[in-house]
Amino acid sequence: MMNLKVNNQPYNVDADPRTPLLYVLRDDLKLNAAKFGCGLGQCGACTVLVDGKPVFSCVTPIALLAGKNITTVEGLGTAQEPAPTQRAFIELQAAQCGYCIPGMMMRAQALLQANPHASDAEIRAALEPHLCRCGTHMRILRAVRRAQELMKTAQTGDAR
Amino acid sequence: MRAKTLAIVVCLVLALGGGVLAFAAWHPAIAPIAPPAPASFDPALVKRGAALAAVGDCAGCHTGPGGRDLAGGVAIPTPFGTVYSTNITPDSETGIGAWSEAAFQRAMSRGVRRDGALLYPAFPYDHFMLVSNDDDRALYAFLMTRPPVHTVAPGNELRFPLNHRFVVAGWNLLFLRSGPPAAYATHDASFVRGEYLVEGLAHCGACHTPRNAFGAEKASESFAGATIGGWTAYALNGASPAAVPWTAEALYQYLRNGFEPEHGTARGPMADVIADLSGATDNDIRAIASYVAGQMGKAAERKSVLQQGESQAERGRWVAATSADSQAVHHRVGGAVGNRNDEGAAIYASTCAGCHEGPRAMPFGGIDLALSSAVRGPSADNLLNIVLHGVPAAAASRRPIMPGFANALDDNQLGALVRYLRAGFTDEEAWTGIEAAVQAARGAEREVTIGYAARQAGE
Repeated sequence: MMNLKVNNQPYNVDADPRTPLLYVLRDDLKLNAAKFGCGLGQCGACTVLVDGKPVFSCVTPIALLAGKNITTVEGLGTAQEPAPTQRAFIELQAAQCGYCIPGMMMRAQALLQANPHASDAEIRAALEPHLCRCGTHMRILRAVRRAQELMKTAQTGDAR
Repeated sequence: MRAKTLAIVVCLVLALGGGVLAFAAWHPAIAPIAPPAPASFDPALVKRGAALAAVGDCAGCHTGPGGRDLAGGVAIPTPFGTVYSTNITPDSETGIGAWSEAAFQRAMSRGVRRDGALLYPAFPYDHFMLVSNDDDRALYAFLMTRPPVHTVAPGNELRFPLNHRFVVAGWNLLFLRSGPPAAYATHDASFVRGEYLVEGLAHCGACHTPRNAFGAEKASESFAGATIGGWTAYALNGASPAAVPWTAEALYQYLRNGFEPEHGTARGPMADVIADLSGATDNDIRAIASYVAGQMGKAAERKSVLQQGESQAERGRWVAATSADSQAVHHRVGGAVGNRNDEGAAIYASTCAGCHEGPRAMPFGGIDLALSSAVRGPSADNLLNIVLHGVPAAAASRRPIMPGFANALDDNQLGALVRYLRAGFTDEEAWTGIEAAVQAARGAEREVTIGYAARQAGE
């Protein structure tokens, strides 16, 4: 039995400590935003945040995560109340098939939290570990810039 | 009276020294030329120059991540300040377009700029002086047929008095070798060719030989290994940390493909060297491998703990036992229970073993860590760099890959893992100062992604 804190909720998980976080999120906690892509930490579809920083959940065993705060797309906002990153990706219709998008969003979220003024070059560099085969890269980049704007206005109280 | 004599002697010595230095520092300018038309060079010569430029890894310093080919501007940190590599494209104003072949040849063999000023030995003319005039001609033909780029490198940031170039004359007097090292007449042609390349154009010693307080390679410690830019450049002499002694064939495979199943994969600066070596000829890489294998001496006894008869399968059972019952951790070395490190063992079993003890051979699976020089080497730096930042995918090659774990492992976990690997997979002494090494490795820039991604990211 392991204690995991996901999206600010404590969970007791009955799984081998070697189990990748991704399997626990999807199979045990039914949090299906993070996707299984390559299983090798090479495509980025499984990216979630651990203590605010992006990790490949497919190669991160839960043994490493005791006491750490895990955040998935489900933890950003809800369908009724989407967070800035979610609103931006919807507004810009950044998804085609959408498989890579949750990973892209979490990486973007981590970047914008750490560096609210990230430049285009910094956004591109940060998203470099992520693959998208539909080719919506330009819309994804625009969505990240839009999320950046929305976060700024949210902070000044003008948003929504 | 005595003080006066002493003063006179000191003045004389200073004047004489200054005179010698001035004489050594003075070189005439070589008249500028209009850049020769690319078509004026023999294509065969250009092709040979391209293969030689790959051996010399010109791009390693003169092409930055995201920068234009050979346009310079790459910061080269030294203990004396930062030197920026220069633009070696044939642009007349900012590159070497106005350099005649004689000027290029003089720069290679004596470290002198076209205008007569001295180059800093960050440019390894202490090695390039061994390059033949024929090869210099081919390199010149290659460089002068590259697309010219108009760009000026940032100025060097060196401490006084090194910000004055004439000071380099003293360095040259003290440290420049007078000629090529003794030839190994008894060896075969490939070995002799390898010596010519390794000691000269390939300048392997620039990273793999430790330097003295003046930044010159220690002649007495040739290929003894050194630290450069947060990475260990392993010893290439008898002190090589490889668990399985390198052979010429293994080195050839490593230099050609970027990995070798019994030694692991190139990463960090060596990954860039190997990416550039892809343009070198097979014969030259075999020659380099032959000479370097010769430096390591006679194949020593197998150093690996694997020699104690432990097989992959046995270790697999050991890992299973470890993870099933973390209270019953057995150390592998000699079957004895060493320093218990349950946390490190559990991290290895859950995070690393899946690939490093999996069913897939390299490059699709990870190396048995008992064979890894990163775990056996003199410092934890390479192991930390690779665990934190992984091994990025190299463009268009079947090299091993590994994701980085910088955000998944906290500092304590990283320290526990590294200690565990050192104790459990080698019989080498424990590393000290791991906490500081962890901090330094975390603070370092993310490893440059090889090839395509790196060149894109900087745009």
